This record gives sequence, structure tokens and C-alpha cells, in this order.
Amino acid sequence: MKHRTFFWFFLPTGLAMLLFIAAPIVSVVMQSVFAPLEPVLVTVETCTPFSCVEETTIDQVATRELRAERPLGRFVGLDIYLNRGHLATTEVAEAWRSAETLGAFFDELGDLPFYRAMGFTLTYTFTVTPLLIILGLMIALAVNTLTQRLKGVVIFFSLLPMIVTPLVGSLIMFWMIDNRGVLGNFISWLVNDPDLSVKASTPMMWIALIVYGVWHSAPFAFVVFYAGLQTMPEDQIEAAQIDGASRWQQVRYIVVPHLMPLVTFVALIQLMDNFRVLEPIIGFNAAAHAQSLSWFILNDLGGETRQLSSAAATSVMTIIGVAILLSPVLVRTWRDFKGKM
Amino acid sequence: MFLRTLTTAGAVTLLASTTVLADGHGCTIGARVSIVGNEFPAIQTVGAGAQECSGAEVSTNLTADHQEINVPGMQGNPAEYTSAIIANSSIVALMNADVIRPLDDLVEAHGEGLNRNQLITIGGDVMAVAFMANAQHLVYRADVLEQIGLEPPTTYEEMLAAAEAIRAAGIMEYPVGGAYAAGWNLAQEFNNMFLGFGGQHFEPGSAAPNVNSEAGVQALEMMLALSEYMNPDFLTHDSNATNAEFRAGNVALMNMWGSRAATLVTADGVPQEVVDGFAIAGPMTVGGGDIPASTLWWDGWTVASNISDEEAEATFIAMMNGIRPALMEDEAVRTQAVWLIPGYEPTPAAVGVFAAAEMGTVPYPMLPFMGLMHTALGAELSDFMQGNESAEQALADVEAAYIAAAQEQGYLQ
Repeated sequence: MKHRTFFWFFLPTGLAMLLFIAAPIVSVVMQSVFAPLEPVLVTVETCTPFSCVEETTIDQVATRELRAERPLGRFVGLDIYLNRGHLATTEVAEAWRSAETLGAFFDELGDLPFYRAMGFTLTYTFTVTPLLIILGLMIALAVNTLTQRLKGVVIFFSLLPMIVTPLVGSLIMFWMIDNRGVLGNFISWLVNDPDLSVKASTPMMWIALIVYGVWHSAPFAFVVFYAGLQTMPEDQIEAAQIDGASRWQQVRYIVVPHLMPLVTFVALIQLMDNFRVLEPIIGFNAAAHAQSLSWFILNDLGGETRQLSSAAATSVMTIIGVAILLSPVLVRTWRDFKGKM
Repeated sequence: MFLRTLTTAGAVTLLASTTVLADGHGCTIGARVSIVGNEFPAIQTVGAGAQECSGAEVSTNLTADHQEINVPGMQGNPAEYTSAIIANSSIVALMNADVIRPLDDLVEAHGEGLNRNQLITIGGDVMAVAFMANAQHLVYRADVLEQIGLEPPTTYEEMLAAAEAIRAAGIMEYPVGGAYAAGWNLAQEFNNMFLGFGGQHFEPGSAAPNVNSEAGVQALEMMLALSEYMNPDFLTHDSNATNAEFRAGNVALMNMWGSRAATLVTADGVPQEVVDGFAIAGPMTVGGGDIPASTLWWDGWTVASNISDEEAEATFIAMMNGIRPALMEDEAVRTQAVWLIPGYEPTPAAVGVFAAAEMGTVPYPMLPFMGLMHTALGAELSDFMQGNESAEQALADVEAAYIAAAQEQGYLQ
């Protein structure tokens, strides 16, 4: 393709990418290095149905003037990235100095919101992603052996977890694991401990979230792998069968290598998705046990506090986190691509 | 004082309601009205009242997530919402964002019949019109307490003793209910207990935190002691879940919102013994203090600043129609809340909130940085409640988290 033709061909896409991807990221980065101006505080008489008291409030007129002068707010550089709500550099350095053992250091680290959230997010990402790939592959192989008539129905039911809205799905499971719910009761009967509560125990809550994550995303992997299986060259399988390969050997040496590019694709998408885990934490009401960066963003934006700068800093850190997670896969894809040239 | 104003309000009833009856539903407005607010029976009534106005469209968006949408919905110009129904905590977010207008001229023109104490005045400007009061107080099962031969508790120490007696008698395993869900609810329960122990959230006259104190530690220890008698899932139980536990007959004692207590046992499928045994009492004190471990709240409405004067006037008129004294003639409406509207006569469901007001309960602070403190408490206290760290450590974490947020917002250097 001529460069000129390519330019005109690419222009609409390029413009859209600039407008909808690059511009928001620039805006988020800007917001994360600026903080709101110090409001002008005054003490005035505040009267409510109960009493009149002297109370501090914001002097709107004076603050409005300040804001008009500097609409971006005050420049704080990386302060917000480094404060206790994010990387907490001062607190980490202090913990490193004062902690006597490595265990004590990690205890202190677990007390800081960012590191606690990373602890859960990474555990979640690196257990859910491989498990859902394995489960998805197993479902795809099983469905592929069914007769044509059964396939449609089974595929539809296998897709259900993905069709159900994540919040609704997690809420239903949340009720089931209640200690008066079906699953909660069953588990406590299983271990013979009537006081056992899944929701009160951090490890149990993490397991519940991980199980939910696998249940919700496995259909995606299944659909992709099932599509891949339809392109499977029959002659290779037949040749292997003639050579006396067992079913396991066929899967291990022919099917999996054939599906490998798809595995990379699913891993890429799911690493990204799982790193931004949010809905199950809300649906399971699990904020006391498990937090993620996305949960922090929601928490900062919602309610009465509205910490936009903090939310923006967390967003930038999420982007960086996703980039780091994906880098091995991307490097690999790049190498394959170069190899083919 | 609160009670006295209410009784005087009762005396003026006749006068006020006759004037309203005279012009009936003659509420006509000339511009659009759009209301955002929380969702509970009393607010539904106000919203429906505002919608009775004719002449222009009145729309309402009443949802439990109102705090997430009211500021963004009023920041645009023109604002999507012309009025937000708020409480003493959430008005602060609207004032911080500078999205509501002073109402003095509108009160002058259309505010006849309002009580003086309904006007929320900040620095001499009327910023909101209050229509109901609220507080958390004791809700209990009289039949269960009778079985163990105890009076309803007036202190949290008595509540612990009663809970132990109920458990020992084998009546209930987890007799105490509490909205201890991590986040806003847990922080609010801490606020109650902390104020009951005489604590102050901030250093006087400054935004510097002051929760890592003796009162803070005592408050957390009391909360931990109570949680021993709660369903083990307590960190996931908000007010709705706690009410469900009470309705199911699993709980005999709990601290609950007045606005929810009135209609607690009217839901379908509540067992008869729960309906019969249901009773309301005032808030409890703690640690020998005289001030209840609770906070006083008001709910009211505001008018947006980023709208035309015609829309503001229409909004004011429609909202006045939503809180007109004639509504107080309906017994069902009277039961919904402790109304501040002239003509309201307390129903039995109101005793808890009245007791709270009489006992000198502290109103929830309307400070610009209180929301940041509330959020920090909600996020950092759950570790202590799970037994993962000491009370001092948890409170130190709260202060550190609050300081980081307050520095970002410019309240602290």
C-alpha cells in the first residue's frame, strides 16, 4: 500500500484513537499531578433544627475567586502517587527500618491500602487466569465430542455465566455462601463447625471470589477454544491415532500446540480484566477482606469525599500495572512476529 | 428545645393547615423541576407531593445511590437536578462543590407556614429546608426480654448483659444486631460510640484528627465486645441486612435508624411473635456518660445554583407542596418519620428519635472535612473488627489515611 493511501485509510481510526484513548489518558495524568486548591475556611453560625452552633465551613465567594485564578488547582507533582493512599514511600521506608524480621515488614506492608490491594489483586489474577484457561479448554474438548444435536443446548448453558450480569451473579453467590444460605450451610456441615462463616474469614472470602472469577470467565475461554477446535486439521489427529497416541497424548501434542495462539490471546484479555477486578468485591460486599485498585477508584469517586486526584493517580497506576503484566506476553508475540518475517 | 419547638408547631397546626386546605392542590409551576434524593418512605412521600404540581414537568430520581450522583448532576450548567434531598452529612458535599443556592428570597416569597427551625442557616444564609429528624436508637423484642426478666437496656453495658442472658437461656445464638458493614455503616457506628464516650473527631478549631484517643480505644473495644453477640457475617451487614435479621426473628436487640424502625415489621412474612414483641426505646449511653452514643440527623431539600431563577422558583414551590402541612392529616404519612412540618403529631414510632433529642444527642458534625474522616474510618476499622490488629494501630491507620486525604483536598498542610 502506498504511504499516501495508507495515511488516508488510517486517518479516521487514528483520529478516533487520539480522541478516545490518548486524550483521556493525558487528562487523567494531568489530574493526578494537580490537587484542589486549599479552600478558604471560615467559622460561621450554623443553625439546624436542633441548635445553633459556631461551625467551620468553606467561604464560597473567596474560594470561587481562587479557583477562577487557577482552574487546574495546585501542582503537587508526584505527591499523590507517593502518599499513604498509594505507594506510601515514607511508610514503607519506615517499616523497612523498624521491622526486625522480613515477616514483620510484610505485616506492616499489609497494613497499607495499596499493598494490601496488590496482595489480593495479584493472587486473584494469577490463580483465576490459569484456572479459567484450563477449565475453558476442558469444556471446549468435552463439548466438541458431543453429537451435533446436543451441542447447541450445551453451548448455551455453558455460556450462561458470561451472560449473567457480573453484579447479579456475584450477589446470588453472595447469598448462597451466607451462613444461613445453601452453600454456607453445606460447607459448615462438611467441616462440622456450625459457627463457620465464609464471609467472616479472609481466606474463605478470597476462595469464594476466585471461584466466582473462574465461573464467570471460563465461558469466554471456552468459546474461543471451541472456535479454535473447529479449525483443527483432521489428518493430524488421524495420523496420531494410527501411531497409537492415547487421547491425552493427542491433546498434549497436537490440540494444545494448535490452540497456543488462542491461549495467548485469552491470557492477555483475562490478565487485563482480572487485574481490574471490581464487581465481585462489590457484589460479595467483600471490601473488608479484599480490595483492588478499581475498588479504590470507585471509593474515591463516590460518596461524600470525591477525591478526583487520588482516583486519577490510582487510574494511572492501573494502566502501568496492566502494561507490566502484559509485557511478557507482548514481547513474546513481537518475537513470534519478527520470526515470521 | 427540639421538643418545645415541635409542640409549638403542633399549636400552629390549625392555622397552617386551614390556609393550605383553602387553596387545595392549587400548586402550579412555570418551569421544570427535577429532584434527586435517598429512597425511604418519608422521602417518597415528599417526592410524590412535589409531583402533584401542574404546569410543568416534575421528575424524581430517588435512589440509595443519591450521594454518588447528586454532585455530578448539579455541577453542569444548566444542572440536571434542580433540587437534591439531603441530610446533614450530605449537604456538606454539595456546599463544598458550591452547587446549591441561598434560599432567603424564595423563603421570603413562598415560604409561608415554615417553622423557624426548619430553615438550615449557614453564616446567615438559608441553604436548605429541613422536613424531618432522624437518629439511631434501640429497637428490641419485648417478649424476649420478658422471658429473661430484664428491662430494656439504657446503656451499652446493659445491652451486653442482656445479650449474654439471652444466649445463656438458649433463646438466640446471636441476639445483637448491628449495621457493621465495612465502609459507611461501620464508621457511623464508631461515630456513635466515640461521641458517647465523649470523643471529639478533630482538634478544636482545626482539621487535625483526634480519634486516636482514649475515647476512640474504648469505643472500638465496646464495638468488639458487641460483635461477639452478632451474626459472624456482621462486617457485611448494612441496615437492610440487619433489619432482615430482626424480621426473621434472629435478633432481639439492635441500634437502628428511626426512619427505618417505624416500618420495620410491616413487611410481608414477618413472624407474628416478632410483630407482637417489636418495641422501640431511646438511644443508649455508654461508659457512664450522659450523652447518648448516637447522632441526630435532619433531612431536607436544597435548590441548585446552576439553574435559571424561574426553575429555582418552580422547584421551591413544588418542594413546598411536597412538605405541605395538609400531608400530616394522614396517619400513614405521620408514622413514616419524625416530621418537622407544622401540624405533625408524634406517633408511637417516634419515641426513639424524640428520646434522642431530649437526651442531648450530638448532631452529626457538618464540617467540610467530616466526609473524609468518615471514609477513612470506614476503610481502616475493619482490620480491628476482624481481630487482625490492636485498637491503637487501627486508629493510627485511620488518622494516617485521613491526613493523606485531607492534604490532597487542601484542608491540612
